[in-house]
Amino acid sequence: MIEIIRHHGTLLLVGSWPNGPLGGIAVTLLLASLGMILSFPIAILIGLARIGEWRWPRYAATAWVYAFRGIPLVMIIFWAYFVLPRVTGVAVPAFATALSAIVVYESAFLGEIVRAGLQGLPPGQLEAARSIGLSYRLAMWHVMLPQALANMLPSLVNQFVSTIKATSIVYIIGVHEITFAAQQINSFEPDKALQTFMVLACFYFTVCYLISAFAQVLERRLRSRRQGRASPPPTGQEAT
Amino acid sequence: MLFDWTFLTGASVATKLFSGVVTTLQLFAAAWIGGFAVALVIVGLRAIPFAPLGWFMRLFVEYHRNVPTVVQIMVWYFGVPEVLPAPVRLWVNQSQSEFIFAAVALSLNVSAYYSEDIRSGLRAIPHTQIEAARAIGLSAFAAMRYVSVPQALRIGVPPLLNRTLILFKDTSLAMVIGVADLTYQVKAIENLTFRSFEVFAVATLVYLTFSLAIMGAGAWFGKRFPPGFKS
Repeated sequence: MIEIIRHHGTLLLVGSWPNGPLGGIAVTLLLASLGMILSFPIAILIGLARIGEWRWPRYAATAWVYAFRGIPLVMIIFWAYFVLPRVTGVAVPAFATALSAIVVYESAFLGEIVRAGLQGLPPGQLEAARSIGLSYRLAMWHVMLPQALANMLPSLVNQFVSTIKATSIVYIIGVHEITFAAQQINSFEPDKALQTFMVLACFYFTVCYLISAFAQVLERRLRSRRQGRASPPPTGQEAT
Repeated sequence: MLFDWTFLTGASVATKLFSGVVTTLQLFAAAWIGGFAVALVIVGLRAIPFAPLGWFMRLFVEYHRNVPTVVQIMVWYFGVPEVLPAPVRLWVNQSQSEFIFAAVALSLNVSAYYSEDIRSGLRAIPHTQIEAARAIGLSAFAAMRYVSVPQALRIGVPPLLNRTLILFKDTSLAMVIGVADLTYQVKAIENLTFRSFEVFAVATLVYLTFSLAIMGAGAWFGKRFPPGFKS
């Protein structure tokens, strides 16, 4: 395994950069981070619609969440690959295709985390905000969302780990991330498949384990800070 | 764009789709049964107070939770045959080995999650509940039957069902090693006919139907058996 890391370590870390396109785990992390950041505004809209009074946005958000939680990411990637060039009229790079699929997929899971975060707050918060004269919109924006976001942090970090793991499938459309790099190494060294894929597993393990441990620290701090208050920490559902 | 749905009923396309659905369901069933069985063994092993065994089981669980399922499948399919003895390797190469490796990888993957869900269900029942049940005159079996197991199930089953949904979706990842499941067949039909929209739509509907059934079971269970108390 040391040999694989010594010969192909940079391919796994950054791909053929700086002489070629960026790849490896750098692209995995980039894809997961961009996926989370871009899907977050959609997720907030979904969360607000799911707990809101308006009927049609609520139905639409519920349908969105159930649909994208029920379809495998591979199918969403196929759809993105098929739909995007037809809608935009130009050839869409593999990275953008994968990113679009991940944003849509993650928005459903993040939307549920936002909803759980908002519903986990004591109802008195909204009532108090409304009674001092804030509109529903302002009460959400200045009172509910900031508190919900603080409570959601551990779930968001856990979802980031899920997103990193989910990105491993995008190599099938040719995105140069770390699983793609491992496939390349496997074709150079066909008799060292076990070592190659164990090295790949170790990379993912290290990154995901450290981030999960960070989420646990966050959760413990949050719990000790909120001790005695009536807000249970939100629980999100995990995607893989 | 004109959509031609009739082509879907064409003999070869319909056969491919149907065999894909069957393979997907077979893989799901195999991984579910295998995963549940391994999970029960893990729960038993983790109850043994022997530190090295405990560390090993923790490592097993953490490996399966922190490495992507695709990579676990690749380790099994590309990696593990290298270290198998030659006769076994020969047998593996000649038989339908993708399916077996995918089923093993998915079973072990889901067993790590199942075992954690079962453990948290069991742990959530304070021992005082059993003591109280015994104190009011229930037998040990009755205390389990009427007091601890119903509460443990209410806490443990919803995450188990959620993980089952993820397992069902994860069967689509087996296509990367060539298991001819629904996703694999969709890609094959698309390559043959270029009728992407129709094939994708049908496959998406099939996946959604089964996923919604699992989610519906979860929603029903949560409503019918709400958790007795929160720990």
